[in-house]
Amino acid sequence: MDGFITTPSGRVPRVKAHPTLWDRLGDCRARLGLDRNNYTVNPGLYAVGDPSPDAPVVVTANYKLTFDTVRFALRGRNAWILVTDTRGINVWCAGGKGSFSAEAVALQVRKAGLDRVVSHRRLILPQLSANGVRLRDVRKATGFEAVLGPIRAEDLSRFLDQGPDDAMREVTFTFMERLAVVPVELVLGWKMVLAVLAAAAVLSLIGTELALGAVFQRWILAATATLFGLLSGAIAFPLLLPRLPTRLFSLAGAGLAAIPALALPLLFPSPAWPALVGVGLWTMTVSAWTALNFTGSTPYTSPSGVEKEMRAAIPTLAGSTVLSVICFIWGNLQ
Amino acid sequence: MKRFHHLQNVATLAYDRDKCVGCGLCIAVCPHRVFVLKKDKAEIQDREACMECGACALNCPTEAVAVTPGVGCASYIIQTWLPKGTTPQCC
Ligand code: SF4
Ligand code: SF4
Repeated sequence: MDGFITTPSGRVPRVKAHPTLWDRLGDCRARLGLDRNNYTVNPGLYAVGDPSPDAPVVVTANYKLTFDTVRFALRGRNAWILVTDTRGINVWCAGGKGSFSAEAVALQVRKAGLDRVVSHRRLILPQLSANGVRLRDVRKATGFEAVLGPIRAEDLSRFLDQGPDDAMREVTFTFMERLAVVPVELVLGWKMVLAVLAAAAVLSLIGTELALGAVFQRWILAATATLFGLLSGAIAFPLLLPRLPTRLFSLAGAGLAAIPALALPLLFPSPAWPALVGVGLWTMTVSAWTALNFTGSTPYTSPSGVEKEMRAAIPTLAGSTVLSVICFIWGNLQ
Repeated sequence: MKRFHHLQNVATLAYDRDKCVGCGLCIAVCPHRVFVLKKDKAEIQDREACMECGACALNCPTEAVAVTPGVGCASYIIQTWLPKGTTPQCC
């Protein structure tokens, strides 16, 4: 916050267009998937710089990470930002869920008395809100024309100067964008890992030798296999995604994990071979499942496609889970 | 996005050329450049890239485009399989 601007509709808070240390910390936490669900800003009208009545109005979601990206992208400009109440969810997901809709935009336009703040009748909406906002409904409800802005906030400046071009209309999934979702995948994966480690501890009790050391040896083997699977599915898979030879997420995840699975016998030479086969299979299963879950982070998989892959993958993964448990126990009983 | 494609022939996207008035909105909203404008009509140039977000169908003024919208992520699909009552949540 950086003071207020007085308008015919009242005072409008002005926000800074450069991040404070506090913003950076919060954004890091959100990117890590920690408190993603209550990282919000209050809906309403904000000012960046020193906007006049003919300055552009940029509409966005009230997820703070989104709001921050927009205001930092407007650094050095004079503009209004209208934040709609998307319940702290980003533009794309809010559009899909229906909370970023024409009515939600209209509500904030009315609440802010926007028709008295600005002299023009134009709202710039993020392109990715178009799956929730019927543009003509915004006009009907408010008299403001809804114009499609760019997908990425970083293109806002170019959009405001030159209008839309093809490059800003298409989603991308670059190496850096894939890298940015890796922490979320790992944080989401951890809950599953903890459950698996507990289950592995119980399974490790079964064996020919019941000394604590032997049980621990068996558990460490299972735990390493799980960790390898997670690293392969949540880090190697997203980063290598465009280079993988198959379109099936689960198959690619399993294939990638064959490498760490084959490294397991080198790291653990003593267990009987069925146990090593079991944990190797488990590494591939974990990786396949994590890779399949990555569909939630890609901007190109369709629900029909994911459903089709899941119908084939889930029985297979369930089968390989059972098989790896059987092999693990069988090996440990030898 | 030419480098990224998931499964083939699954998208529920349907387009009726006769109803199209060539307003170009489907072309502007689509994040995957599925449509192009040719001779005052929309045309599907890359059906396989469609992620069924529903933006084109929602904004087309003449219902020339139809698609079953949803979110292409595994946890969302699992929730659609579960008994009705809870609406699927994602993200
Ligand atoms: S549903 Fe979405 S991705 Fe598919 S054609 Fe329509 S706008 Fe494009
Ligand atoms: S939005 Fe509908 S009417 Fe407009 S160009 Fe596309 S298909 Fe044709």
